[in-house]
Amino acid sequence: MTTFLQSLLIALRALRVNKMRSLLTMLGIIIGIAAVIAMVAIGTGASKMISDQIASVGSNLLLVIPGSTTSGGLRTGAGGAPTLTYDDAKAIKAECPSVENVAPTIRGSAQAVYGNQNWSTIVMGASADMLAVREWPLVAGRNLTPSDVEGAAKSCLLGKTVAESLFGDSDPLGKIIRIKKIPFVVVGLLGGKGQSPQGVDQDDVIFVPLRTAQRKLFGSQFPNAVNAVMVQAKSADVLKKAEEEISSLLEQRHRMGPSRERDFTVRNLSEMLAVAEQSAKVMSILLGAVASISLIVGGIGIMNIMLVSVTERTREIGIRMAIGARQRDILLQFLTEAVLLTTCGGIIGMGVGVGGATVVSKLMEWPTLISTQAIIIAFLFSAGVGVFFGFYPARKAAGLNPIEALRYE
Amino acid sequence: MSNVVTINNVTKVYVMGDQRVEALRGISFAVESGEFVAIMGASGSGKSTCMNMLGCLDVPTDGEYLLDGVDVGRLAPNELAEIRNRKLGFVFQGFNLLARTTARENVELPLVYARVPAATRRRRALAALEQVGLAGREGHYSNQLSGGQQQRVAIARALVNDPAIILADEPTGNLDSKTSVEIMAVFQELNRQGITVIMVTHEQDVAAYAGRHLVFRDGLIVADEINSFPAVATSGQETTP
Repeated sequence: MTTFLQSLLIALRALRVNKMRSLLTMLGIIIGIAAVIAMVAIGTGASKMISDQIASVGSNLLLVIPGSTTSGGLRTGAGGAPTLTYDDAKAIKAECPSVENVAPTIRGSAQAVYGNQNWSTIVMGASADMLAVREWPLVAGRNLTPSDVEGAAKSCLLGKTVAESLFGDSDPLGKIIRIKKIPFVVVGLLGGKGQSPQGVDQDDVIFVPLRTAQRKLFGSQFPNAVNAVMVQAKSADVLKKAEEEISSLLEQRHRMGPSRERDFTVRNLSEMLAVAEQSAKVMSILLGAVASISLIVGGIGIMNIMLVSVTERTREIGIRMAIGARQRDILLQFLTEAVLLTTCGGIIGMGVGVGGATVVSKLMEWPTLISTQAIIIAFLFSAGVGVFFGFYPARKAAGLNPIEALRYE
Repeated sequence: MSNVVTINNVTKVYVMGDQRVEALRGISFAVESGEFVAIMGASGSGKSTCMNMLGCLDVPTDGEYLLDGVDVGRLAPNELAEIRNRKLGFVFQGFNLLARTTARENVELPLVYARVPAATRRRRALAALEQVGLAGREGHYSNQLSGGQQQRVAIARALVNDPAIILADEPTGNLDSKTSVEIMAVFQELNRQGITVIMVTHEQDVAAYAGRHLVFRDGLIVADEINSFPAVATSGQETTP
């Protein structure tokens, strides 16, 4: 320990002697570490932005959709199989213990009209649980009630985009709009959700009671069918279990034998979105990798200067050897110097990187996230660069012949 | 008295390209503890090679070198470093102090490599500086000291680890004659205290202060004579400007 402290003191002195040179040498590492920190911060910020979008869809979600019926060939198209019903949704809620909320939906597009304004939008038939499942806030009015849903009431909730398009600045609550010429009372206004991970405006939507949509708007020969059932599991841990429970329940309800192909699909939305998040992470790793090239360049600068320093101080090395420094002592001395240079550069670089990332996030409104993990890795990496690029010059110093070193002018 | 240095038929051959240079062609001598020996000879006579060998900076091609009873002729570089650290003290012509370093820190350096704790280092360095008449100047940097003072710091550095021998390579080569005498006075004083001194010089009047002369020519010792009446250097300490 004392030896280490001693070489640290010697190294500090050597760096102090050549302040300007030490600073310039460090600059390479400073830029490298700053670039890595800033890039990783920006990358992680982007991936956090994506995961926030993911969270906006709702958490712990499973999506149950009807299968594409390949068995019947002519009968139906993909996704259009009327095999999934409102009763299925109710059964899932009642019989699957890992399920928190169930939101069956039926969707279609329609023209909504208010006064002399009209707007083509998505109309979703939904149950009262819909908002809970999607974690969608209501900013005014009330939610659809179970009796609205069961009684096929003509009430609706407006998404933010629809409300702005039809009503502008005026208050839509209590007004009557027409969807496919049927009058609906606006009972609630939804908060803004923003874009989905796929870039679709989630606020361009009108929610109507499920029964109303089934019977009055998108009536078909299968009046009980739904397009999809969104299921919220009780927690992320039971997501897989909920998936199994739903599958076995629906297999039973649809009388699927092992020989028959399933007529429904359960998709884990969270899992799909995790893939998107993963790709953002890969992106931030790539950014970091590009930035670390500058670190390597900085390391080469360190090696260069250390080599010059060894030559310059040949005589000093000779003196130290003559009075009893072992090769290991000399090696340690120069290695310590290199590591000190890079770690000092690393610390300054961290400051610059964190500052740079903050400026970027302020000026460009791009979220950045500085993780302690990235900082620790950057610090260790800068020390590693010092060891790696300092080793060759240090070994060269330690391998000098003391007689020649003493004679060196 | 016991022999502190025993050199037995030592040769040193350098190969430079396809040329063989015989720097030492079989020399033998012994130095007793407490002697003050001057090694003399023209340049190229082999005296510097002999000095490097004595200083364990180099090993003989053939022959035997016993330093304080240890055969150092066959040691590995790290073991030689340890011998240099514990048994030898060097004084060079060009002083060879570390720049931008105080006198005390320069003197402490051998103790640093001997892993001596800081407090002990400091105490011993100050004692050594006092021994060469530089008490009170421990905080001066090398460039704030005169040539004579720098050489005394170097002598203190050579002394500080209590070596078996002090090796001085042209210690007065860079000094004027008045300062040279002062430095020789320091060596004589140390020698009186029982320290063995081996000094390389080509100046007769400097060699006159030593008690024994070894004369080298063409890689051989041509004369080994006792100087029964060495000149006495008057201690001109503390006459610094």
